[in-house]
Amino acid sequence: MPSLPQGLAARAARVAGRLSQKLGRGGGTTLPGLLLNRLRPEATAEMARSVSGGVILVSGTNGKTTTARLVRAALDANGARVVANTAGSNLERGVATALLNADGAEVALFEVDEAALPGLMAKTRPRVVTLMNLFRDQLDRYGELEHLVECWRGAVAELDPAATVIYNADDPAVAEIGARHPNTVSYGIEDPRVGRDRLPHAADTTECRHCGASLHYEMVTIAHLGRWSCSQCGLARFQPDVQATRVELHGLDGQRLSIATPQGPIELSLRLPGMHNSYNALAAAATTVALNLAPEAIGPALAKREAAFGRAEHTQIGNVRVTTLLAKNPAGANENIRTMLLEDHPLHLLVLLNDRTADGQDVSWIWDVDYELLLDSDRLASLTVGGDRGYDMALRFRYAGFDPERLSVVPSVSAGLNTALGASETDGHLYVLPTYTALLEFQTVLADRGLVPAFWEDE
Amino acid sequence: MSTGNPSVKLCHLYPDHLNIYADRGNIAVLSRRLEWRGLSLEITEAGLGDPIAADCHFYYLGGGQDRDQMLVAEDLAQKADPLRHAADDGAVVLGVCGGYQLLGHGYTAADGRRMPGIGLLDLETTAGSSRLIGDVVLDVTLNGRSRTVVGYENHAGRTYLGGGCTPLGHLRRGHGNNGDDGCEGAVAGRRVGTYLHGPLLPKNPWLADTMLGWALEHAGCPADLEPLDDDLERSAHAVAATRAGRKR
Repeated sequence: MPSLPQGLAARAARVAGRLSQKLGRGGGTTLPGLLLNRLRPEATAEMARSVSGGVILVSGTNGKTTTARLVRAALDANGARVVANTAGSNLERGVATALLNADGAEVALFEVDEAALPGLMAKTRPRVVTLMNLFRDQLDRYGELEHLVECWRGAVAELDPAATVIYNADDPAVAEIGARHPNTVSYGIEDPRVGRDRLPHAADTTECRHCGASLHYEMVTIAHLGRWSCSQCGLARFQPDVQATRVELHGLDGQRLSIATPQGPIELSLRLPGMHNSYNALAAAATTVALNLAPEAIGPALAKREAAFGRAEHTQIGNVRVTTLLAKNPAGANENIRTMLLEDHPLHLLVLLNDRTADGQDVSWIWDVDYELLLDSDRLASLTVGGDRGYDMALRFRYAGFDPERLSVVPSVSAGLNTALGASETDGHLYVLPTYTALLEFQTVLADRGLVPAFWEDE
Repeated sequence: MSTGNPSVKLCHLYPDHLNIYADRGNIAVLSRRLEWRGLSLEITEAGLGDPIAADCHFYYLGGGQDRDQMLVAEDLAQKADPLRHAADDGAVVLGVCGGYQLLGHGYTAADGRRMPGIGLLDLETTAGSSRLIGDVVLDVTLNGRSRTVVGYENHAGRTYLGGGCTPLGHLRRGHGNNGDDGCEGAVAGRRVGTYLHGPLLPKNPWLADTMLGWALEHAGCPADLEPLDDDLERSAHAVAATRAGRKR
């Protein structure tokens, strides 16, 4: 099909989006962009170029949604007019849909799927790219992690030297890619008190990127992140530009962070729990520092941010406080487990495993999650598993040593919630660990019960 | 774990490098299914540069990313002789994904580079232009008994068997060894290779028990493994079988 003129293509796409919403076919956060890219393939690049203050892209396996929301908060507080894909798809179609509604925005801020990043970097020519982390995730969709590393490396090599690359110094693969760019801001965790001394089972990048020798870790934070060095060739993590010098985790309620930046210190009281969110806050702080926002304004702006959709969201159902913790890959699920274990009450769990395209069709990743930590803690008071592949999850726990007699398998999300609520009523705390599409289903179940707004009403 | 009861010695090869598709799930299944019957699994690990224990009854090789698999291939050549002796004596050898390819003669990458295997299974692998990905259902016959086996495959390699081994199973759904001949995996005596992960054994307890039976026999304590309550396994197996070949 020949390319339609920009104005016409954009009008058609907007009308399609409104129709979709009216017909109740969802939020219209992807369809207009999808249609627009069909009608005029160059539209994304053209619209991105028209944003005067430039484009910011945030990507990584874990934390990109939360980080983009934190950066958004800082930009909003600074009075910038921002266009973002906070409520929508993080593929090109979602970015295009957001840009369609950009009217007069000064800055564009997009969280981007890690496989879609190289393509979107080429099209949108970003002013800032934030590279967060690369973990095992959805192996069926991306092939292997190494392939993604190669794609990112290629994309950074093609980037305008004047653009700023923000990167996680604690991730050896990401740091190696980021450090090649001339204009960078790196970030990492320096507080030795939150370190672990051993790599977890789900560690991915444990060989030196230069010589292939095993990396030495002075401190491990999450998965393969930490203070790493190679004893053979001497390649080592740089002292990051933006560093968390103090990390104080307060269970599921949040944390306090002291962050040192070249522009001055940031004291941060965050409502987001766990060390994965420490990294998200650091990534956001480094990004906003690169955008020349004043450090003293960043802290208060980030502090206001509540959890992103399904990331440590709390919902009260009767006597039970239900906390939803999206768990879509081993690194994220392990952090959820560690965060739950910081709480001192009995733990009731509803684990929902789907295997649809957005979840990853290969469910073997659940065997890389350290659910054994829950069993070892002796705090797992009840366990309900469900979703399309609930029986796979049941086997995961059976072979971890959990008594199958104490386990309820309820494939339907709604019925599973009832079972789990029944089990947790006396203690008052239920944790829901869904994969991505299971989270969407779960939120629909809650919405049907009048408990939370549907997700496209967010923002 | 009881110490007086017969135990199977398992050598887990390269657990730090070959573990991409949740290989530890397979080890957990072997271990628990013995434990639940009053037996036990003694696990030793052999990584890069480590000597390999020659007296094990079961050797396991998992799957790795391309980079890791290259590192392992060089090292495995050093371990080939003791591994071959153990296999010739009757030990069980199971290779999954990358481990399966390494048990063959070798792997030829798209750029012509050759990664040597150890030739424990008579098969040859070359890189294909696309990855073969998805749920798989197989008909498998071992020890004269036939069952379906389910799993998930994700591999670029196209594997072709020589005359020295037979396919592990015939495909009902999925791509299998090469996407062409309707076969998946390879068997020669107690040497088994397959592309199926998911992991392989939790949803196929029959396969786990069959191989444990071989290992016990090799250990000199043949045992009729008493049946376990495998209701959850059966349900998970059934769900996986319905997922195969279906769009999501």
